Amino acid sequence: MNRRDFNQLLSMGTAGILMPSLPAFSRSVTPEQLLEPGLDVAIKKRLADAALNTAKSKGATYADVRIGRYLNQFVLTRENKVQGIVNSESFGVGVRVIVDGCWGFASVGDARDESVVAKATETAIKIAKANARLLTEPVQLAPQKGFGEVSWKAPIKRNAFEVPIKEKVELLLSCNAAAMQNGANFVNNVLFQVNEQKYFASTDGTYSDQDIHRIGPSFTVTAVDPQNGRFATRNSLSAPMGMGYDYLQTNPADKLTGVTTRYNKGYDMLEDITAAAKQAKEKLSAKSVEAGKYDLVLDPSHTWLTIHESVGHPLELDRVLGYEANYAGTSFATLDKWQTKNFNYGSPVVNFFADKTQQGSLGLVGWDDEGVKTKRWDLVKDGILVNYQAIRDQVHIIGENESQGCCYADNWSSVQFQRMANVSLAPGKTPLSVDQMIKDVKKGIYIIGDGSFSIDQQRYNFQFGGQLFYEIKDGQIAGMLKDVAYQANTREFWNSCVAVCDEKDYRLGGAFNDGKGQPPQSSAVSHGSSTARFNGVNVINTARKI
Amino acid sequence: MSILTKDEAKKIIDKALSYAKADETSVNLSGGRTGNIRYARNAVSTSGEGTNLSMSITAVFGKRAGTATLNEFDDASIEKTVRRAEEVARLAPENPEYVPMLGPQTYLPADPYSENTAKIDPDFRAKATFNSLDPCRKKNLTAAGYMEDSTRFTAIGNTKGLTAYNRETSVEFSITVRTADGTGSGYATRDVTDVSKLSTKDATEIAMQKAMASTNARALEPGKYTVILEPAALLSNVDASLMAAMMNGLDARNAEEGRSFMSKKGGTTRLGDKLFDERVTIYSDPTNLEVPAAAFGGGGGGGRFGGGGSDGRPQEKITWIEKGVVKNLSYSRYWAEKKGVKAVPPPANFIMEGGTQSLADMIKSTEKGILVTRFWYIRTVDPQTLLYTGLTRDGTFYIENGQIKFPVKNFRFNESPVIMLNNLEALGKPVRMGGNLIPPMKIRDFTFTSLSDAV
Repeated sequence: MNRRDFNQLLSMGTAGILMPSLPAFSRSVTPEQLLEPGLDVAIKKRLADAALNTAKSKGATYADVRIGRYLNQFVLTRENKVQGIVNSESFGVGVRVIVDGCWGFASVGDARDESVVAKATETAIKIAKANARLLTEPVQLAPQKGFGEVSWKAPIKRNAFEVPIKEKVELLLSCNAAAMQNGANFVNNVLFQVNEQKYFASTDGTYSDQDIHRIGPSFTVTAVDPQNGRFATRNSLSAPMGMGYDYLQTNPADKLTGVTTRYNKGYDMLEDITAAAKQAKEKLSAKSVEAGKYDLVLDPSHTWLTIHESVGHPLELDRVLGYEANYAGTSFATLDKWQTKNFNYGSPVVNFFADKTQQGSLGLVGWDDEGVKTKRWDLVKDGILVNYQAIRDQVHIIGENESQGCCYADNWSSVQFQRMANVSLAPGKTPLSVDQMIKDVKKGIYIIGDGSFSIDQQRYNFQFGGQLFYEIKDGQIAGMLKDVAYQANTREFWNSCVAVCDEKDYRLGGAFNDGKGQPPQSSAVSHGSSTARFNGVNVINTARKI
Repeated sequence: MSILTKDEAKKIIDKALSYAKADETSVNLSGGRTGNIRYARNAVSTSGEGTNLSMSITAVFGKRAGTATLNEFDDASIEKTVRRAEEVARLAPENPEYVPMLGPQTYLPADPYSENTAKIDPDFRAKATFNSLDPCRKKNLTAAGYMEDSTRFTAIGNTKGLTAYNRETSVEFSITVRTADGTGSGYATRDVTDVSKLSTKDATEIAMQKAMASTNARALEPGKYTVILEPAALLSNVDASLMAAMMNGLDARNAEEGRSFMSKKGGTTRLGDKLFDERVTIYSDPTNLEVPAAAFGGGGGGGRFGGGGSDGRPQEKITWIEKGVVKNLSYSRYWAEKKGVKAVPPPANFIMEGGTQSLADMIKSTEKGILVTRFWYIRTVDPQTLLYTGLTRDGTFYIENGQIKFPVKNFRFNESPVIMLNNLEALGKPVRMGGNLIPPMKIRDFTFTSLSDAV
């Protein structure tokens, strides 16, 4: 997606659903082609060796090569219509080298023989040599042992591409019909599925072959009151997941009942869209919030986005160092704060960890895009900032000699760089249910689902909306609210966290299209949490008259 | 070579159409070359160049459409791809909103192409970067910047006789300069069709001045302020923006369905209403010499989702807002047919009329106010009122008695462009921003709701 398209999508108001982007240089294929196996691993190894041998013979001190096949399928519907079905494939090779202490990168599409890959490698070497003239400090790459020839497959139960399109269309249209029967005026409902087949090889001696799957169902239901010229929407409470079609198989154990039903690793679209239609209508006549300080009870379907923006991004080391200064920004969580070993990022009940091995998560993978085995590590422990997310050419800056394994490129044609791992809020250590948490709140708001989001370029000041807002009065849910957004400062907010529910409530939310870099690259990442309580947060009323 | 001439492209398209057996077939052939260079911490971080050339073929039977793509143009490959598109179409579900393809069209003589830009090579990019880095290094300032150049063409044709060709160049440049201690930050951005009109050095010097002038910012209470919004605060090519949000919201279907800020009580729309200050006039024109744009949409099957997202409709000179009155809304062809109106496509560019005052003149005539270089992380809060939130960034200054007095800490705003364009105090001279022309604006009662410590 080029940037202008991206901006247009970002500023789309009422259309609601942000369409995921197609990978670069992709072509339309038939659904059957999505099930073809791709190049044999022996051929991929030959192509990879062509790159590595060329690089070494031309003076590279390090080289890696990624041979990627990216398969996508979108099913787009509105009300009783199929708007489009898109199947796409993108295949090519990206080569990265270090020459004269400087990175160089080049890529080539549809590369199926060694000479083409060797030529791309030579281009990467030329670029590295040209840029070395403007170099200020040579690349310091953390050592990495080679793993030999290894493979990894996402633990999915049902490959979404094996499910006939007819079945998917029937599911979406029957859900849309249910929404219309329950009071919706409009429904947009999209199913997005991804399979990344990634082969990686490096001069360290790793040859990894990986098969990654993701699925993202999402809808927006709109209710209109033409008499008063008002409308309201309710988006799905689903999460994009690192799962197969099994995410759409409903399972009572994956449901959390309460003021509205929320979902864990099995999503009941029909049930959620039926509720959404009724709730969109209810929103039209809901009470407009009175601005002021409230205790917030935040559901994981909401909190993931607050974690993403106020914890995941500021703890990316490349942002801290200034590599994103001209685009996404830098970070308030500077190295001097981390070095004090007593910087209170949050209250003592706040523990954040990064984890690329989390089951069902969007970031789940065996090895990252520079051959590092993925793992889990702490970022904030008992409220104190203890670490960042860093890759091989930065990790020496925080005194470590091994990368944390969070390097990623969104396509064979993109250069890999540091991307956010799954960053999650650890569940509370003592048993606590959502009902027990709400019982203790005198004046509060219970927020479910993610909505409007905005944060400054150093990640201090943020504002978040949501999908559903319920007033809490003296420990009881007192009805639906609308026009709610909260504004806070990252550190004050996480220090106002007084309780986190236990692991029984722990669920993942996530973003399919986290943007970073110039040209922009998109990455998929999950964030887990249990319901959490924050005291005395500033809530504004967002209603206006035009 | 990934830039085909009009004749070369037409030959390939005609070949593909000669194999077509569907009720309707359209072809979109496009390609180009994109180069970029990125720098941070005063050194180049990444740089690359890529070319692509591809053709998509859309076949339609009744209301069933199928698209297939190829990037090899021998006869056998072309024929095979036409057959594949037909096969996909036969199996596709019916699209009840399908509208038959357009026949031959007349297009305005737009020319958004520059040979100077088409000739950019890696050395040019390195030199442009050096011109930006060097002054920063000499002043002990830290530069992070990005330049991207693109040269591309699009050719379309269909079995109804429509044929069109466009070639286009663009360069986008942005620079953020920060003081070594991180207490000051400045920004500038430029976009041009012809790279000879771009000076990375001049733009960088503005960013440097803003960085140096923005250290030791003071905190002002949030509230309603008179603001001077520079064009980069009104429109952005790297983020959502207040003006793009408004222009993208001028969609007839959403308005008529009751789910847009253009919808009105009683189920009608605000088309024809005076919604803004009478100095607000906005039109689009692909032949404007400062912001030339393609004279047509992308062709029968070339939409992002492969299903005819754009359709070869001519881009004409259209007035969207005249003296504050909404004059036109854009239509999909389906919606226009259903409503029995002309299918005006969304604009390829827009031009907002302004005045003659420079930014300096506007500051001079301001008793008390805040100068905003740019906004950041702009997101919709309420689509009903087009309420947006975001923050100031990279150079925010307090103005008193016609002079910049001191830098101020960044603010978060919650504001609607509809309210903003009613609270208009003055318009300056329009400048190019993201392929559009937009004047700096002085606005009263702009709503800042909180403070940020971000620099």
